[in-house]
Amino acid sequence: MSRLLSEEEYGRRPIGAFKQWVNGIRDPYLNNVEIREKIQPQESEEVLRKRQEEAVAVIRQVHDVANNSQYTLFRKFYKAAALVCCLTLTILLLITVAYLPPVGNAGNPAHNEVAAKYIEDGMQDTGAVNIVTGMILDYRAFDTFGESNVLFIATCTVLILMRNDKKKGKGSAEEEEKRDSFYEPKNDKILQTVAMVLVPFIILFGIYVILNGHLSPGGGFSGGAVIGAGLILYLNAFGFEKTERFFTAKTYKWISFSALSFYCIAKSYSFYTGAHHLESGIPLGTPGNILSSGLILPLNICVGLVVACTMYAFFALFRKGGF
Amino acid sequence: MTMEWIRFILGTGLLVIGAVTFLAEIFGVFKFRYVLNRMQVAAMGDTLGIGASMAGLMILFGFRFVTLKLALVLVFLWCASPVSSHLISRLEYTVDEDLEKFCELDVAEREEK
Repeated sequence: MSRLLSEEEYGRRPIGAFKQWVNGIRDPYLNNVEIREKIQPQESEEVLRKRQEEAVAVIRQVHDVANNSQYTLFRKFYKAAALVCCLTLTILLLITVAYLPPVGNAGNPAHNEVAAKYIEDGMQDTGAVNIVTGMILDYRAFDTFGESNVLFIATCTVLILMRNDKKKGKGSAEEEEKRDSFYEPKNDKILQTVAMVLVPFIILFGIYVILNGHLSPGGGFSGGAVIGAGLILYLNAFGFEKTERFFTAKTYKWISFSALSFYCIAKSYSFYTGAHHLESGIPLGTPGNILSSGLILPLNICVGLVVACTMYAFFALFRKGGF
Repeated sequence: MTMEWIRFILGTGLLVIGAVTFLAEIFGVFKFRYVLNRMQVAAMGDTLGIGASMAGLMILFGFRFVTLKLALVLVFLWCASPVSSHLISRLEYTVDEDLEKFCELDVAEREEK
């Protein structure tokens, strides 16, 4: 911007024009460059008919199954090859089965010291009364961590495929959902009443299953599935505007992220100290108490949160393409 | 001794009633051709059959913690099955164009169609 010249005068100078072009005020090519309109190619009836005949001829000569010798040969070869492959696989598997050790034999490779060690020392090592939980969240915690990440990645993949970003107008998430569920019963009084009574109990039961994962059968996966089912029931009864008050994509993101990162950090620390024979400083507590068994309870909560969020996110994404 | 016998007979009788209901349900689901008829038969098994079997099991078990769990299962099933069949039947009512072939409609309902 020059102070000596007026705005209009400045715009006519090369430097001023360049600046205006950079700022997006003026397009120097607009109305200056000749652009020819595209002409649709005109084709006569004759040419069109010829082309159609060619297409039909191609179908007759190439795709005609009955009169194509190459194709019949290929079909025969295909059948023979399939038969040979299946027979080979069957025979191979049968031979392998014949070499397997007999069921129930005490000397089988499955009966090694690992299972005995888990059963004998499980409660002492992990502090969990439920040996299965002690196994999956203590001895093999990284395996469970991978499973939780698989759930998260699956949600990401569904998000990529199903996400509907349009907010308004034709093709937006709301419109699509309305069109998809046009005939579905909405605001059903019976369903709403039942959901109002049942959902608190379902979610409470899920929380109970998660918190008692180290004491009784259950744990993060099953409890999270119960909570997710409760959320889905609530969503079906009351619609998206009610659930979006407390559960949005942002909530999902933060819950999943914090649960997974807490799991990763806590278990890395525990494994690091364990591998170096250091004192981890995490008290195991008395087996049987609700606050016992060290890291298993928080890890169970993490897994449960991830599973519940994943179930709800799957449903919301398939239903509406967003939440 | 007599109480034991009464309990056993009551419990097995209820179980048998439940099993017979389930048999009728299976027969009806394959016998009927129309959605609402089939659903009615299926709902009968899901409510009466389950209820009778669970009551029989409860009587056979006696009053224990398991009985409470069975009662809870029963409450959930009695909530879930009728509500879901209600929703399905409402969908069928909304969608089906020639509903009149299968069931009688009121004047208001006929005009709505």
